[in-house]
Amino acid sequence: MSTTADRPVAGAAGTAGAVPPRTRPPGKRQLKRGERSRSASLLVHGVLIVASFIAAFPIGWIAWISLGPDKTDFLHPGQIADKISFENYTTVLNDTSFLQWFVNSLIVALGTCLLGVFIAASSGYAVSRMRFPGHRQLMWTFLVTQMFPVAILMVPLYNILANLGLLDTYWALILVYCTTAIPYCAWLLKGYFDTIPAEIDEAGRIDGLSPFGTFYRLILPLARPGLAVAAFYTFLTAWAEVAYASVFMLSDDKYTLAIGLTTFISEHDTQWDLMAATSVLIAIPASLFFYLVQRHLVTGLTAGAAKS
Amino acid sequence: MTVAVEGGSRKTQRGDGPRRGPMSRIRLSYNRNWYAWAMVAPVVAVIGVLVLYPLGRGIYLSLTDADSSNVGRKIGVNEIPDSFSWVGFDNYTEILSGGDHQFWPHFVWTIVWTVVCVALHYSIGMSLALLLNRKMRGRTFYRMVLILPWAVPTFVTVFAWRLILADDGGILNMALEWAHLPTPAWLSDPFWQKTAAIMVNTWVGVPFMMVSLLGGLQSIPAELYEAAEVDGATPWQRFRYVTLAGLRSVSSTVVLLGVIWTFNQFVVIFLLFGNTSGTEAQILVTWAYRLGFGQDPRDYAGSAAYGVIILSMLIVFASFYRRWLARNEKAV
Repeated sequence: MSTTADRPVAGAAGTAGAVPPRTRPPGKRQLKRGERSRSASLLVHGVLIVASFIAAFPIGWIAWISLGPDKTDFLHPGQIADKISFENYTTVLNDTSFLQWFVNSLIVALGTCLLGVFIAASSGYAVSRMRFPGHRQLMWTFLVTQMFPVAILMVPLYNILANLGLLDTYWALILVYCTTAIPYCAWLLKGYFDTIPAEIDEAGRIDGLSPFGTFYRLILPLARPGLAVAAFYTFLTAWAEVAYASVFMLSDDKYTLAIGLTTFISEHDTQWDLMAATSVLIAIPASLFFYLVQRHLVTGLTAGAAKS
Repeated sequence: MTVAVEGGSRKTQRGDGPRRGPMSRIRLSYNRNWYAWAMVAPVVAVIGVLVLYPLGRGIYLSLTDADSSNVGRKIGVNEIPDSFSWVGFDNYTEILSGGDHQFWPHFVWTIVWTVVCVALHYSIGMSLALLLNRKMRGRTFYRMVLILPWAVPTFVTVFAWRLILADDGGILNMALEWAHLPTPAWLSDPFWQKTAAIMVNTWVGVPFMMVSLLGGLQSIPAELYEAAEVDGATPWQRFRYVTLAGLRSVSSTVVLLGVIWTFNQFVVIFLLFGNTSGTEAQILVTWAYRLGFGQDPRDYAGSAAYGVIILSMLIVFASFYRRWLARNEKAV
C-alpha cells in the first residue's frame, strides 16, 4: 500500500523525465499511472466478463427459447439446437395482434413525447430564466410528483377519464403519461436551459424579440440536445409502462405491447414460445433506439439532476 | 451533440447568482412575470387537472368506503349515482392498527426491499463504474453489454427471468440440481420469491447507477488523484476523499431517485409473480394496486388510503434526506 507514495508521478507532465530513476528490486518493472500488473488486469477482465455474462444471459436466453417451435421447449432447452425455426416469429406477426399493439405503443409513446416535451420545455424555460413568484414551489411540486405511487392516482384518474369518455382511447394514456413525464422533463430541461448563457436571451430581447420569440427562435434550437434527451426519456417510459395501461386500455385492439405481452401468459395457456418471440421483437427496436441515445440520456440526466 | 451536452453540464456548477444588474432586474421583473406565467400555464393546467385534482379526489376517496359496487357508473343509458359514504379516518386506523393484517408485513418487506435493492444497486454499480473507469481493452464492449438490462424494456426482461426462475424446468434450478445444490421454488415460496424479486430488481437497476456514477467519475479531474498521491494518500484514502467526495452530488441524486423508484417499483413484482400468487412478496405499491384493481369488488377506498400512506412516507423521507444532505454540505 505505502509503496504507491514513492512512485514518481508520471502525470506531472514534463518533469517526469527529470526525476532520477530509483533503484528497484530487479525483475519488478515499475508501473506507471494507469498501468496494472498482468494479474490485476486479468482479475478486472474476469470480473467484467462475469458481470457481462450475467447482464446478457437472460436476454440471450429468451432469444434462444424463442427459436424453439414448441410450447414446452423451454423445459428442454438443449433440444432446441436440433430444431431451430423462426416459426414463432411468423406466428406472432401473422396470427396475433402484435402489429396492432406495436402501432398502439408507437402512437401513445410518440404522442406523449411530443405533447410532454413541448409543455415541459416552455415551463422549464420559464423556471430557468424568470424569477417569478412561485417558481420555487413549482419545482418542488415537480419533485413531489415523481414520488406518486400509481395506486393513489389510479382510481381518481380512472373516474375522470371515464367521465370524459376517454377510457380505452390513446388520449387516456397520453395524458396520464404526461403527468409523470412533464415534471421530470421540466426539471431536466431547466437544468439544460441553465447552461445556455442568459446573454443570448438578452441579445434577442434587444433585437426586438418578445420573450416567446426568444424562446422559440433562439433557445429551443440551441437546446436541441437537451430536448432530444427529454424526448427519448419520455418515449422510453411511455413505451415500457405497465400499470396504467393495464387498467385504462380495455379492448384487445387498444392494448400496448406491454399489456399484449402479458396476454400470452394469462389468457391462453402460457404460450412461452410465442411470448419469447414477441419479447425479442419488442426488445430489438427498443434497445437499438436506446443504444443510439444512451450517451445523451445519461449526461442529460445527471446534468439536470445534479443541479437540483 | 455530445460535446454540447457535456460542455453544458460542467457549466451547471455555476451558482444561481444574479445574472443582471439589480436595477434592470427590478424593472424587468414586473413585465416578465406575465410572460412567465403564460409559459408555465400549460404545465400548471396539466398538473392541476391530472395530478392535484386526482390527488385531492384520492384523499377524499380514502376517507370513504368506496368500492366498485357503490361508485357511480354508467351501464348503457342508466346512470347509477355514487352511493358510498364518508367514514372519516376508519380506513387509516384499520390499516395502521394492523387490522387488515396486511400493512405491517408489507411495510417491513418494502423497507427491506428498498434498502437491500438500493444498497446492491449502488455498491455493484459503483464497483463496475470503477472498473470501467480505466483504460483497457474492450472497455466500450463491456459498457455496451453491461447496460443491456437497462436498454431492453423491463416488462420484457422480467418475463425472461420468469423463464429462468421457473420452479420446474427453469434453467437456474437445472443448473443448481446439476451442481447438487438445493433447488428452491423461486416463484412460489414466499422467502424465495422475495429473494428472486431482489435479484431481478438488482439486475434491472444496476446499469443506471453504473452509468450515472461513471459519468460522475469521469468528471473528477485527474489532478486531484495526482495531488493526493503526492501527499502520500493510500488507495483507500484516495477513494474515500477524492472519489467519493467528487461523486457526492451525483450520488445523492441517484440514491434519492433510486429509493423513490425502488419503493414504487411496480413492474418487476407485478409481472414476476402475476396477480394470482401469494401476497407475501407484494410490496406496498403492488399491494395497493391489487386492492384497487386486482380483486373483486375493487376496494377503491383502501387502495387510495394505501396510496396516501405511501406518498406521505416518501415525502417525509425526501425532506429528511434533503435536510441531511444540506447539513452534510455545511459540515464539509
